[in-house]
Order: sequence, then C-alpha cells, then structure tokens
Amino acid sequence: MNFLDQIWLIPLFPLFGAALMLLVGKWLDPQPASAVAVAPGVEPVADGHGHGHGQAKAHPTHEHGHVHAPLKKLINIICPGMVLLSFIFSAGAVWQLSQLPQKVHEVIQFTWIAGLPFHMATGQLATFQADWGFLLDPLSSVMILVVTGIGFLIHVYSTGYMAHDNGYYRFFGYLNLFVFFMLMLVLANNYLLLFVGWEGVGLCSYLLIGFYYHKKSAGDAGKKAFVVNRVGDAGFILGMLLMMSVLGTLRFVDVNSALRSGRFAVEAGGFGVLSAMSLLMFFGATGKSAQVPLYVWLPDAMEGPTPVSALIHAATMVTAGVYMVARSSALFELTPSTSTVVAAIGAFTAILAASIALVQNDIKRVLAYSTVSQLGYMFLALGVGAYWVAIFHLFTHAFFKALLFLCSGSVIHAMGGEQDMRRMGGLKDKIPITHWTMWVGSVAIAGIPGLAGFFSKDEILWQAYSSPKGSTLLWLVGIATAALTAFYMWRLMNMTFYGKSHVAPEVAAHIHESPASMTVPLVVLAIGSVLAGWMGVPKAWSLFNDSWRGFAAWLAPPFASAAKEAATEGEHSASMEWILMALSVAVAIIGISLARYFYCIRTEIPERIGARCKPLHTLLYNKWYVDELYDFLFVNGLGKGGGRVLGAFDRNVVDGGVNGAGWLTRFTSRVSMWWDTWIIDGAVRFGSFFVKMLSYPVCILQTGRVQAYALFVVVGVLALLGYYVVR
Amino acid sequence: MYPITTLHYLVLSVALLLIGTVGVLTRRNIVIILMSIELILNAVNINLVAFSHALHNLGGQIFAIFVITDAVAEAAVGLGILIALFRNKETVQADEIDLLKW
Repeated sequence: MNFLDQIWLIPLFPLFGAALMLLVGKWLDPQPASAVAVAPGVEPVADGHGHGHGQAKAHPTHEHGHVHAPLKKLINIICPGMVLLSFIFSAGAVWQLSQLPQKVHEVIQFTWIAGLPFHMATGQLATFQADWGFLLDPLSSVMILVVTGIGFLIHVYSTGYMAHDNGYYRFFGYLNLFVFFMLMLVLANNYLLLFVGWEGVGLCSYLLIGFYYHKKSAGDAGKKAFVVNRVGDAGFILGMLLMMSVLGTLRFVDVNSALRSGRFAVEAGGFGVLSAMSLLMFFGATGKSAQVPLYVWLPDAMEGPTPVSALIHAATMVTAGVYMVARSSALFELTPSTSTVVAAIGAFTAILAASIALVQNDIKRVLAYSTVSQLGYMFLALGVGAYWVAIFHLFTHAFFKALLFLCSGSVIHAMGGEQDMRRMGGLKDKIPITHWTMWVGSVAIAGIPGLAGFFSKDEILWQAYSSPKGSTLLWLVGIATAALTAFYMWRLMNMTFYGKSHVAPEVAAHIHESPASMTVPLVVLAIGSVLAGWMGVPKAWSLFNDSWRGFAAWLAPPFASAAKEAATEGEHSASMEWILMALSVAVAIIGISLARYFYCIRTEIPERIGARCKPLHTLLYNKWYVDELYDFLFVNGLGKGGGRVLGAFDRNVVDGGVNGAGWLTRFTSRVSMWWDTWIIDGAVRFGSFFVKMLSYPVCILQTGRVQAYALFVVVGVLALLGYYVVR
Repeated sequence: MYPITTLHYLVLSVALLLIGTVGVLTRRNIVIILMSIELILNAVNINLVAFSHALHNLGGQIFAIFVITDAVAEAAVGLGILIALFRNKETVQADEIDLLKW
C-alpha cells in the first residue's frame, strides 16, 4: 500500500470520528437527565490564588456507580481507533518517505483558492493560488508522529479519566476534531492552509478549556485563551500578507526556494521588510506557543480536563508556533535581528515561567508554567539557528510533558479532584505506577543523563553557547532555567509523593490507583521519555556513532542551514561540550537535592526563606503581576478606557454630528417656515386683503335685497334721463 | 265734452307707471310687487295702444297683445317661484329674502 499518496487520509480519520461524535454522539452516550452539571459529592477545589482554578470536574467516587450506556463502549473504540488509524498511516508514510531520495513528498488534492491576480510590492503582477495540499517532509513527519502517537495514548487515557464525566461524546468529539486540525496544521503545504489548522486548533482549545462550561472560571479561561491567541493571529495574518506581497506565494516549497535563491540578502544589522515579516510571524507564534508577552493564557488553560492539558496545552498545539517558525527557517535565516529577538524572548520566557513555577501550589499550574518555560527553550534554540534542536526538544518534551500531565491527572483522579499540592504528600505507595512513571518524567525534564530531556536540553544549551548566533548570556539564562526546572519539578514530586501526608482523612480513604486504561499510556510514555532522546546523542559522546544522531540528519533537508551549523559546530572542542554538559547535570542534581532537602527533610526551610524574602515570594506567587498588569493596561486601560474614550467620541463627535445635522435641518426649516408664513402666505393674504379692501365699497351696494337693486335701476334710469334732458 | 286725446292716454300711462314703480320700490310683499310690475306693464300697453291709435298703425296693438301674453307667463313663473320660496322660507317679504350677496 502506498501510504505516501494516501496522506490525505491521515487527518480525515479523526475528522470522521469528530463528525460522528458531534452529530450522533448524543445517542451513543445518553446523558442522565438528573446529573447534567456536576456529579454530586465532590466540591470544586480552590487553591487560594483567588483565581479559583480548582477543578470542578469532580470525579465521583465509586459509590456513585458507573453510568454505563452500552454504546459508550463504541465511543471508546471509535475515537482512539481513528487516531490509531492515523498513526498507522503516518508511520507507514514516514517509513516510505525515508525511502525516497529527496525526502519530500507533496500531494495536492485540489485547488482551494484559484488564481487571484494581484500586484506584488514590486509592482509585478502575480497570481495567488492556494491548494488543499499536503506536504510530508522530515519536519512534518516528526510532527504527525508526535500528534497521532501521543494523541492516541492520551485518547486511551481519556477513556479512563473521563469515564464518569458527562459530555463524554462531546469531549471525544472535540478531541478528535483537535487532532484533525492539528494534522491539517502540520501537513499543510502552504501558510494559508496551515492557518486553517492554526485557527482550528485554537477553536478546539477554546472548546476544551471551557469544557466544564458551567464553571465561570473555565469559561473565562477559554475566552482568555481565545482572545490572547487572536492577538497573535493578527500578527501572523499580517506576516502572511506581507509575505504574499513580497514573495507572491505562500506555498512552503516556493517560499523556501525564493528565499534561498539569493534574491534576498541577509538583513544583517538592519531591519528590512523580511525582518518585519519574520517578526510578525514570530508574534503569531508567541500567541500560540505561549511566549512573552502572550503566554498568560496557558496557565489559565489548565481549567480544561487534564488530558486536554496534556495533549493540547503541553504536547502538541502549543508547539505549533515552534513548528511554524521552524517551517519558516529560510526566512529566519535571512533575518538575524528577528532571530536575536526570538532567542531573547525564548530565554526570557524560559526563566520567567520557571521562576513562577517555583512557588505555585496547584499541581497543574506548576506543569503549565513548566510548559511555558520549556517552550521558551525551544524558541531559544530556534533563535540561535538550531532548528533541528528545537524540533528535537519538541519531540522529547511531548513525551515527558504529556507523561507528567497525565500523571498529575492520575494523582488528581486518585485524590478525587484535589489539585493543591499542600494537601498531598506521601502518595508514593498508594499509587505506585503513577509515582514511578512521574518519577521518570521528572528525571527526564530535570535533565539527568540517559533520559530524553537531557539530550535535547543539553543540545539546546550547547547550541546557545556555541552557535554563531548564541552567546554566553543565553547559555547562562538557559542553565539557570535548568536549575530552576530541576528544583520546581522535584518540589512537586516531594510535595506530592514523599514526606508527610497532608491528605484529608476522608479523601485518604478513597485514594486508589487509576484503571489500566490510564496506567498503560503512562507506562508507554515513560518508556518513550527514556528512549526518545537516544536519537540525538551529543557529538561529544564519541562512543556512539552517527546512527545515534539520526535526528539531526533526518531533519537536515528542511533546514538547509543545519548543515552549515553542523560545520561550524565541529570547530568547537569536544572538551568544552563535556564541561558544559557536566555543568548542566550538576545544576540539575543540585536542584533535585535542594528540593529534596527543602520539601522532604527540612520542610520548615521554604517557609523561612519565603518569610525572609517576602516581597520576592509575593511577586513570584502572584506571577510577577503580569495578569494584573495586562488587566490594567489592556483590559481596563485600552479596553475599557478606550471604550470610554470611544464612547465619549461617539457621544460627542458622532452623535454631535448627527444632532448638529438635525439641529441645522430644524433651524433651516424654521427659517423656511417663517418665510412661508410671513412672506409667501403674507403676499397671498395681502393680495386677498387688497382685493377685499378695493371691493369693500362695491360690497356695500350689494345688499341682497331685490328692491334695492330695483331702486338703483330706477335711479340709474332717472340719471340717464336727466342727463339727456338737461343737455 | 272734450274728446279724449292721446295726451290723456299718456297722462294715464305715466300715472300707472309711477304708481307701479313706487309700488315695486316701496312695498315689501312680493305679491304686491308682482302686481306693481303688472301695473308698469299695463302702462306700457296703454302707451302702445294710444300711439297705435294716433298713428293708425296696428303694430303697436299687436305688440301690446304680445306684452299681455308675456305678462301672463311672467306672472305664472313669478308666482311659482314665490310659492317655492314660501315653502322654504315661510315668508313673502322681499326684505327678508336677502341671501343673494357675497
């Protein structure tokens, strides 16, 4: 079977599943009429932030019984099955792609937007055309494998996690729809089709964040995510329009060949039209991939069900920005100034989010900030020109972050909806599988050699240091973030699994390991978190030959620059790489040990430090007050203040104009009325009055009496007679 | 006895004319006014017949007969109008019928 020509089927399977769920799912999973909103028994948990992002999903404990509709099993088969089919087709297609000599396969299904003639910036007449086409190359192949592979595992997990939830079919419908849009995003062969997927995943993200729509905070979080993403999308659209006007096409192949043709010089030191283009596209990426300044939606997105956080807000959707920037690598190669911005924003986001994660108490919030921080790493790698490393980190991160989120979901499930880590502790032996898999994930993200996170993170740090675009400062920020990462992850582990139990007794009675549908994906992901990194073993590990470094080679074709980078990299000494590697491992171990010491052995220390550095702690706990700042600047400032200004403008200027026009009309009509009354009517009346005056003497004669008239006749006759007689 | 001359007729005619005219102008009752008009017409008739006799011309007498015929018709129409008027206004006084003005 030729999978390569059937890649259009890959996104179609989940779309079919989504259509089935959203159209007829209601009959497959009838809702119990009495329990439409929240399952009874468990109250929403607030964690004291004042944001109330506790999860009201409220797993009913087992005495509420399982409401098993017979057809619900069908949903369990269809939805993960569709994603599995996609995964099989993806794997087949990627395998066949690796057999092709040029490693690129483009299938154009049909023309979407037929030739639109337009003038480019140069005045040249060009025809714009967008196809419904799919491009499979090494970059998108990594993405589809991650999306369908991790997506399948998370679907399986969800069948266990969401089993007691209402809206089961709705959840899976959205999830499948998300997978469809995500596959469209990564398989598109032009920016416009990519944008369709881009917006589609944004929609699904919104729908799933607000899945518990009866809870106001969830609805608000969904809206926030949607609006903040829209801000970034505006940048992306502008970037696309600029690209259309400069290059005349949005097709990846054409764009890349145009940019690499030598027609455009590298805009070194300057800020030209290409820099503007890349900066706008990067702005779009900051929205989707939660970078400063648009990262604020991602932590709030944790209002959604935990599998959603794992799939959309950690493993796949938020990496769309990384994918898009990597896809535009030819553009970013030509614009060093934007690349510097990308690297700086990435590093800044990484350390900012990591610092916030240090003091959060909500288990999912810590992971959310961790995600933001790790995405910052990816952008740091993109900024220093190490595109394949960013994708490598994306790949490994997808494993261990999905694992960590699913584990946290399992913990929450076990705790009956509790998310506050201060009310956990000592769970190690009660939920052993969750504990061990999460242990693997935490070790992986902390950067202990041998696990996935180490390889990719270390490669990023090495590139930040050694790449021509890198610098010691970027490396320092990166390694500081690595230390913070190790610390906050092990703070989470210690607070959750080790030490004294702070679990409320009535909750403690119900703690139970999750069902197999949840633990099996955890184990698979844990294995992935160990093995995924071995595709990109550092160059310095000369013990391993090049076949252990397949990832870089595999991604070389999409990134023409990667070869160049590799060449310059070779000049640096392997000993330097060893030193940096040792340093990063050292800070990771220090971070882990400190966390163990603070949160397991001497638990009073964190409070003392917190009390000693009260302002700093408050600042971090309140997330640097960024939300408040945005509220002040944009929501209240620009939004409401601007609304007031515009309202005043409307009242005074626009309404004033209308009212003025009305007043003027009324005034002229008054004048006209006066003219009519006094001049026109006056003239007419004067005429009649004049005639009346003239006729008045005659009127006196007309008495109406016949005899008077007869008298006049007689008098007249006599007068005539007299006249003739006298004469 | 003095022969009756034309002058006598003319004097009678003038007398009738004056009586009729004064009657038309001064009396209020329309019936009387109509009668006064008959007097005026008869004054004219006498005039015509007198001159016909004096001048030996029968034309005047023929004319007089026409006038009489005319007077009959006029009296008939006038009395008819008068009756219609009386039905509407319940009066035959000329000074009470003064609607015909602007």
